[in-house]
Amino acid sequence: MANAFEVTSAPAPPLRAWFKPHRIVLIAIAVGLVVLAATTMRWDWIVRYWPLALQGLWRTIWLLVLTCTLGFMLAVPLGLAQAAGPRWLAMPASAFCTVIRGTPLLLQLWLLYFGLGSLFPQFPWIRESELWPYLRQAWPYAVLGLTLSFAGYEGEVMRGAFAGVPRGQLEAARAFGMSRTKVFRRIWLPQAIQRALPTLAGETVLQLKATPLVATITVVDIYAVAGRVRQDTFIVYEPLLLLALIYLMITGVIVFAFRRLESRIPSRLG
Amino acid sequence: MTGTASVDHTSVAASAPAEAIHIENLHKTFGQLHVLKGVSLSARDGEVVAIIGGSGSGKSTLLRCINCLENPTSGTIRVNGEEIRLKPDGEGGLMPADRRQIERIRSRLGMVFQSFNLWSHRTLIENVIEVPVHVLGVPRAEAVATAERLLERVGLAEKRDVYPAFLSGGQQQRAAIARALAIQPRVMLFDEPTSALDPELVGEVLKVIGDLATEGRTMVLVTHEMKFAREVASHVVYLWNGLVEEEGPPEQIFGAPRSERLQQFLRTVS
Repeated sequence: MANAFEVTSAPAPPLRAWFKPHRIVLIAIAVGLVVLAATTMRWDWIVRYWPLALQGLWRTIWLLVLTCTLGFMLAVPLGLAQAAGPRWLAMPASAFCTVIRGTPLLLQLWLLYFGLGSLFPQFPWIRESELWPYLRQAWPYAVLGLTLSFAGYEGEVMRGAFAGVPRGQLEAARAFGMSRTKVFRRIWLPQAIQRALPTLAGETVLQLKATPLVATITVVDIYAVAGRVRQDTFIVYEPLLLLALIYLMITGVIVFAFRRLESRIPSRLG
Repeated sequence: MTGTASVDHTSVAASAPAEAIHIENLHKTFGQLHVLKGVSLSARDGEVVAIIGGSGSGKSTLLRCINCLENPTSGTIRVNGEEIRLKPDGEGGLMPADRRQIERIRSRLGMVFQSFNLWSHRTLIENVIEVPVHVLGVPRAEAVATAERLLERVGLAEKRDVYPAFLSGGQQQRAAIARALAIQPRVMLFDEPTSALDPELVGEVLKVIGDLATEGRTMVLVTHEMKFAREVASHVVYLWNGLVEEEGPPEQIFGAPRSERLQQFLRTVS
């Protein structure tokens, strides 16, 4: 759909716009910094560590995608329960969001991994179950912790988004004979998601920057790889600089993806 | 209550067209507030019934009870001869006993709201085909063809891919009328369709509604436009304080009102 009513971000400045004095100076400084970093710092360790770094990067990305997806799927019912559910559903949902948002993620991860994780082996039936090979590893706890965290924050966001959809539009849907599930699927949810989208973009970036915490429960993500390099080689700054660059780039991708998504929907909701 | 008018209905039932809407002894309370105190109303096929009355007289509530957007406290409602099955809602009122039945009945009643209530995440054409495709099961291509014809008819053909938020109130209301017509309604229900419009936009909407009246559509219309009601209505009901104070053909209601209150009401609005 390419009609005039879509909101697109400002068009890229023409090439000439780059050649303004202040821009040239800034670009020169940036290039200078990169050259300085490349020539005066140590990067020889990359050769040895890049397979591990790639693995870590992959792990970070799938952790992010998986926990955001699962967390959002949980957030929808959490938000709906709070916005429109009966008391006995709204109260626990609100309590869940409050607890998750009110405690540090690091604490939640540790409680899950060192708490649950050490509780499970005491039960023979769990150890003998088919899930045990997974429960013995660290990543299921990382996924669970990050998912619950995302669900807690997004549940609150979705509560507001659901409540923000004008009642009249839901009433119109009902008046034309839509069933409750159809009203939800076709009118309520799509509009709530559209309303939440700008917030979701920010929250996804925050979730990315929460992933390094899983390194503390032995999941080797990209952050943990930087730590490994430091331990092995005593090279401190170079891996961290590269790490910062990598997170920046992933953030850029997330922001870009959400921009694209947002530009596909009308800017003005009634 | 004025018993004479309602006796008229039953005595001519054999020869007259079938009743599209029949409401008997309808009560509605909101908490302590008794909004409808035993209202009976009937609309035969092809009839245009206008409900007039001061604010708080219960006229909108009465209209909204026809498709159970508002659940009555007691009374019976028949649409096309089919009585809406009601059951106690546990709080002293009634609610639809059979979800399927009420959804089926609603899907043949074309409701037009005071505040338009177009679905803001969908373009006009999508708004118009939504119910035919997703509730009535009309094939998409067919629904689109019908919708284009209807948008043409209300003068919005070139706006088919525009989102509601980019239209004027009058345009939105005309689109809402097209949306209601798309379901091939047995009865059109208008809930103060021009009350939210700027004065200069009222005319274009009234013209569309007037055209529908002349082509013999069954309509129930709650309105503040007395001149319009006089022109298009075949039967006028004056509600006062939750009761039918007077009803009859427009010439009688506007030309020779009998009740003191109606006379006073007409003086204040004209």
